[in-house]
Amino acid sequence: MPFSRLKSRLARTHNAIMGGIQAVIGNNTRKDSMESLEEALIRADVGVTTAMEIVDRLKEGFRWDEESLRQRLSDYVYDILKDVEAPLEIPYGTRPFVIMVLGVNGVGKTTTIGKLASRFVTRGKSVLLGAGDTFRSAAIEQLEIWGQRVGCPVVKHSQGGDPGAVAFDAVRSAISRNTDIVLLDTAGRLHTKVNLMEELKKIKRVVSREVPDAPHENLLVVDGSTGQNALNQAKLFNEAVGVTGIVITKLDGTAKGGIIIPIARELKIPIRFIGVGEGVDDLREFHAREFTEALI
Amino acid sequence: MFDGLSDRFRKIIKDIKGHGRLTESNVESALREVRLALLEADVNFTVVKDFVNAVKEKALGKEVLLSVTPGQQFVKLVRDELTHVLGDAAAELTFRGRPTVVMLVGLQGSGKTTTTAKLARLLKSKGRNPFIVPADLARPAAVLQLVKLAQQIKVDCFDVGGRTDARDICSEALRVAKLKGYDTLLVDTAGRLHIDPELMDELKDLKEILSPAEILLVADAMTGQDAVNTAEGFDKAIGLSGVVLTKLDSDARGGAALSMRMTTGKPIKFVGVSEKVDGLEVFHPDRMAGRILGMGDVLTLVEKAQVSMDEKKARELERKIKKDSFTLEDFRDQLQQIKRMGSLDSILSMIPGFSSLKKAKNIKVDEKNIIKIEAIINSMTMKERLNPAILNASRRVRIAKGSGTTVQDVNRLMKQYKQMRQMMKKFKKGGMKSLRNLLPI
Repeated sequence: MPFSRLKSRLARTHNAIMGGIQAVIGNNTRKDSMESLEEALIRADVGVTTAMEIVDRLKEGFRWDEESLRQRLSDYVYDILKDVEAPLEIPYGTRPFVIMVLGVNGVGKTTTIGKLASRFVTRGKSVLLGAGDTFRSAAIEQLEIWGQRVGCPVVKHSQGGDPGAVAFDAVRSAISRNTDIVLLDTAGRLHTKVNLMEELKKIKRVVSREVPDAPHENLLVVDGSTGQNALNQAKLFNEAVGVTGIVITKLDGTAKGGIIIPIARELKIPIRFIGVGEGVDDLREFHAREFTEALI
Repeated sequence: MFDGLSDRFRKIIKDIKGHGRLTESNVESALREVRLALLEADVNFTVVKDFVNAVKEKALGKEVLLSVTPGQQFVKLVRDELTHVLGDAAAELTFRGRPTVVMLVGLQGSGKTTTTAKLARLLKSKGRNPFIVPADLARPAAVLQLVKLAQQIKVDCFDVGGRTDARDICSEALRVAKLKGYDTLLVDTAGRLHIDPELMDELKDLKEILSPAEILLVADAMTGQDAVNTAEGFDKAIGLSGVVLTKLDSDARGGAALSMRMTTGKPIKFVGVSEKVDGLEVFHPDRMAGRILGMGDVLTLVEKAQVSMDEKKARELERKIKKDSFTLEDFRDQLQQIKRMGSLDSILSMIPGFSSLKKAKNIKVDEKNIIKIEAIINSMTMKERLNPAILNASRRVRIAKGSGTTVQDVNRLMKQYKQMRQMMKKFKKGGMKSLRNLLPI
């Protein structure tokens, strides 16, 4: 997918930030004021603390020039984002490579699994899906439809079943089929529910008993339109099972994308993929340079 | 840094309380804190500005200067304004037409399908005869999800059959509803972005076909700054009648509620408070404002308690506490009543001051513990429950075996029980005074 597509999907956020910069330059009555840029950043969900810090940084050695201000903002944001650029790599010989997909309700876990499966299959990998969301009605069927679309087997139990048992069967099945990658779906859960977080730990234990070092990736899916709560989500999931990668979905709204900055800055967990649309190809690898350039 | 609004406001209130009177400068600094707190809670930037200005205008006016205790007056002022902005009174659902049509719209993943089922269940319990219409053909298995949920709550669901267009489904469902005499139609629609012209056109068509009495925007309480754009976008395109705020059982403080209410003027009618089908409650602006301000949501708690607590048992319990004869059997009874009220987390979040306490002491509520405690008590004989003093080592070993726990667990419970009785004694001595000391303001 061309870079221009990413740019067009983030255009609204980009324009808002540019508007903020222009307003700072245009307003030459108060030299030290960057309120309009701060406002633009907050409006993009960068968060008030991070926005204030960014603006404070930009004030040092501030030059009265739109392009230089844009460039410095861009550099600063890139500095933050480059630390979390680490595409998911599946090491040769690790088979099955188990990816456990986590997140609160409604962030797009199942859809992300479908798109990831499609991505892996087109790259010649064999994939198996584990229908670990046994709570929500029809979640299993939703995953099965993705399995049919992509053409990979789905291991499932009935609704209300034990997700740990599903994980066990999925991993065992992958071992006997010599499958490359297992994508384990889990039920959406609010990060504040202790007992549900305990359930995740159990699933993880079950998997690691079958395949040492597995799950190799605990992939947290975050809805891009979430506000500052996204940080709480990431923190608590991380405390519970250790998050090794993040996917940020639904970045194609109106004022989105900014949350990626505080997530990167505070958590330093690799951002693996970003979702910028509904199409299968709209889930793409996260690259800091490309993202920064589209944003600013 | 990401404390809820409640915690922030509590700090602000403390600061203002320290001053003798409200001056321009201390109001100014308190308002700055209010602004930061609201922004951190994801209230939209413009909304924050307007809200803070409104509070400031009132704070510097007569109302406050006349008051004897400026701190309390300021708290009341912020709370009143917040309640006012959130909608003054609880907004009811409008029933118009035969059948009354309710459309649920929103972004992907906001919780439309679950809310549709929850709403159907709520209406059915109030004596209405709802009919569920699954019109989300975009997400795989969304129709099946609703069919299953409908079965679970025993509400009829329109059979989509082989139809592939939401418009066909809606007009046919409307015809069937009229024929079979359903009085309420609940239409679940596909999730969409408000900036997707094609999908918004589909919604306009559905509105044309259904002429709904209610178009409810289902929105995630954790939404960031975009909440305003979403609400405005949907409202401009099809005209909303209200909002359902979901996932309020998260630790998000619901800044989105304030944003959406203030920009569209549309009332928040319901809130989603759990994953289960009974987790939908009427939205009470005054309670929400209180909750935001850290005053807790005592009203909801009282209401819930009234529904699930046996009054006779409660009086009996009171008598026992007074007589200092609270036994393990009473404790077990209490646990069961609490369990009927819902998840412990949601109950505790309604208790004033608990949100900050929880953070400070890092208390984690584990529902499994309750199950464990119950199991332990269940494994005791009635004699042991009424007189725990007889629990010697061999009895404890037996109880641990019987309940699948360890002797340590049993010992821990006995220690907790002892502490509880001590606390109850204190309660009894101090009476209302000691109770008041537990309240934040």
